[in-house]
Amino acid sequence: METTTPLLKVDQVGIQFGGLKAVSGVNAELFQGELVGLIGPNGAGKTTFFNLLTGVYVPTEGQILLNGEKLNKLPPFKITRKGISRTFQNIRLFSELSVIDNVKVAYHSLAKHTAISSIFRLPGHFSGEQVMDEKAIEFLKIFNLDGFKDEKAKNLPYGQQRRLEIARALAANPRLLLLDEPAAGMNPHETKELMNLIAFIRERFSLTVLLIEHDMPLVMGVCDRIYVLDHGQLIAQGTPEEIRNNPKVIEAYLGEEVS
Amino acid sequence: MEFVQQLVNGISLGSIYALIALGYTMVYGIVKLINFAHGDVFMVGAFVGFYAITILDMSFFPALILAMVVCALFGILVERIAYKPLRNATRIAALITAIGVSLLIEYGVIYFRGAQPEAYPGDVLPTSSIDIFGVAISSQSLFILTISIVLMVILQFIVHKTKIGKAMRAVSFDAEAARLMGINVDNTISATFAIGSALAGAAGVIFGTYYIKIEPLMGVLPGLKAFVAAVLGGIGIIPGAMVGGLLLGLIESLVSAFGYSLWRDAVAFVVLILILIFLPSGLFGKNRREKV
Amino acid sequence: MTNIKNAKGFWLSILLAIVFFVVVQFLINGALINDFYINTLFFIGINIILAVSLHLIIGITGQFSIGHAGFLAVGAYASAIISMKLELPFALALVTGGIVAAVAGLIIGIPSLRLKGDYLAIATLGFGEIVRIIFLNIDYVGGASGMQVSHMTTWPWIFVSVLVTIIVITNFTNSTHGRACISVREDETAADAMGINTTYYKVVAFVIGSFFAGIAGALYAHNFYIIQPSNFGFLKSFDILIFVVLGGLGSMSGAVIAAILLTIISTFLQDYPETRMIIYSLVLIVMMLYRPQGLMGTKEITSFFKKRKNVEGGPKDGNHHTVA
Repeated sequence: METTTPLLKVDQVGIQFGGLKAVSGVNAELFQGELVGLIGPNGAGKTTFFNLLTGVYVPTEGQILLNGEKLNKLPPFKITRKGISRTFQNIRLFSELSVIDNVKVAYHSLAKHTAISSIFRLPGHFSGEQVMDEKAIEFLKIFNLDGFKDEKAKNLPYGQQRRLEIARALAANPRLLLLDEPAAGMNPHETKELMNLIAFIRERFSLTVLLIEHDMPLVMGVCDRIYVLDHGQLIAQGTPEEIRNNPKVIEAYLGEEVS
Repeated sequence: MEFVQQLVNGISLGSIYALIALGYTMVYGIVKLINFAHGDVFMVGAFVGFYAITILDMSFFPALILAMVVCALFGILVERIAYKPLRNATRIAALITAIGVSLLIEYGVIYFRGAQPEAYPGDVLPTSSIDIFGVAISSQSLFILTISIVLMVILQFIVHKTKIGKAMRAVSFDAEAARLMGINVDNTISATFAIGSALAGAAGVIFGTYYIKIEPLMGVLPGLKAFVAAVLGGIGIIPGAMVGGLLLGLIESLVSAFGYSLWRDAVAFVVLILILIFLPSGLFGKNRREKV
Repeated sequence: MTNIKNAKGFWLSILLAIVFFVVVQFLINGALINDFYINTLFFIGINIILAVSLHLIIGITGQFSIGHAGFLAVGAYASAIISMKLELPFALALVTGGIVAAVAGLIIGIPSLRLKGDYLAIATLGFGEIVRIIFLNIDYVGGASGMQVSHMTTWPWIFVSVLVTIIVITNFTNSTHGRACISVREDETAADAMGINTTYYKVVAFVIGSFFAGIAGALYAHNFYIIQPSNFGFLKSFDILIFVVLGGLGSMSGAVIAAILLTIISTFLQDYPETRMIIYSLVLIVMMLYRPQGLMGTKEITSFFKKRKNVEGGPKDGNHHTVA
């Protein structure tokens, strides 16, 4: 699994809001094909870290490299096009759009037809839209959502909304997929199904996955490696086994249950 | 000397903007709504003052106070009927409602009394010029400035020293937390509208005495400009609205002084757009970011 | 696939539109309807263009612009300069009106679309006012007293312009580009995270919307004998806004229906402008209180026809795709 250049290299990255250091001095490396967990107590800066990786926030220190290429100061949409796609902790679907259109929006940057060809309904429009339709259906099928393709996203049950958000993130053609608590609010059965799905798409699309998750047994069970954030700083990293026995981690989680 | 005269005009105009801007900024601070109807409350104040002086034969101060009271009640009424049901609606819905309320007040007034303008009697305040450093300054300008400053001082006192002021600050900081701490959020919001509207009403009477002519659509432009003043100072920030208002009045007067009076109305909007683009949180504002 | 079904509906609509056009042209030629109705019809056409163009900006892309009359003014003046000052043909004036308004939309859109919600609304309102004041100060176009314009707007021009506006905006909306715009409306942060260049699409929507507002301006100018800056104040912007709000933010057919209804109502209330404004404002307030999504919500008229066919069609439809 260890190749020479990491897919993602995070070098001393941090951000300050006002005087407050939300994240500071984080170093991390993700290699092609890995499934890595990011854990930490509430308010440790996990989501902020995702926002840094995706360009929602611009780091005030350090740099982020994707395949050796600097991502600093690129707007989020460009970072997505370079190959980092994400889901959100508090599901952010396009609620008035249909399920299939949600996926198509993410596939948009790969579409070939221009606005002009759409306005004048030139042949390029039809072939372009057809490709999008087919691709979108393909993604929906993986998540078993193709039966609801014309339903408005807001009308899906919660668990399916979570799955749709991953399908949508996948349609943006990422190399690195960031999942922010994808199993939040799911029952154990749904969670297990979801994890199988994540394993499947990781194989199928040769993805690297970075996963924020609260469910410790789950993270321990599926991740190759784990990073632990606390108070905006990386306090530990290693295999699930190492993390389980790391005294710093246990201390950070004191009061919370560790597996 | 002409220049100093314009400076004085600018300050007089600016203090009127500032009084209106205070209401905008307070309401925005507490319910995050651009109360488009605020400029029309200013107009209502001007008319109440006018009728108080001409029909009820009141002198300036009783008329001013009556206008403030009527406008305060009017502000509460508008808030309770039109805005309160929309507390949890989208921003756009609230904004559209505010536009609707504004049009309703303007054309309601036209419907009931016609669109013709009225002229404030010229002898409401003593008119003499005072000689300061060789420049003749009308006593009215000084009077306006003094009244505005007094009102602003009273407002500062209310906001910082009284119970209702503390409640207002608490609600604008976090309405939900304030509710949990036992603050009556609805009443606090009504009080905010009342105070803001009273200031606009005062501004209306002052405007009438100074500029003489009043009409039902007189609130539109000053209302918008006062909003610009509030944005300029940093919306939600009370001292910001005062400074923003004075600054805008000065800028407008200087533009007139340099012979571009026809462009005067455009200047406020140019200022607005420049501020929004380059300094969106205003002169005194803090930067806030959206939570993702 | 569904394209063929849509295409049928499309050609049917075009056919119906052409029949309508011919009938009206016949009535006009034969002097079978009086000038009052013709004029109302022209107004309805112009207002539909305005409503649909603003619908793209507010309803589809979610950018709350309340200075649309500014683009109407730019189109009106630009076209009047072409036809009256330069004495070039009306067709050229019409297109120029649209293009100049689109350029104005680009210039205004790039800086102001960085703003959101209330701030964008105020900024666009400010721009609308600035445009009006600029025309007020240009002697070449007559300043406050306005500019004489010959009557050149005819039924065919109105008809073609309305048709083109509706087709272009429908086609744009029903494509990946339109979906990109809707995603900006729905959740800008998520759209950005999905690789949508949100600024670009906001500007595109703004430019297309301004273009058609400019076309409407050209038709408007040449339907009167005079244009004045005071015709394009923010009350005019609110007039257009109410079409979109009443129709339902996000529904083009809603905007069209609202434009038709309100134009007819205001023609009858022409002599009672205060009453008209009071009704307008009450409609706005009551609408926001009881039905903030407008008459149609985000639905289109066509969806009412489709509904019946697709009652249980969800999963079934999925299979169709693998066949097609």
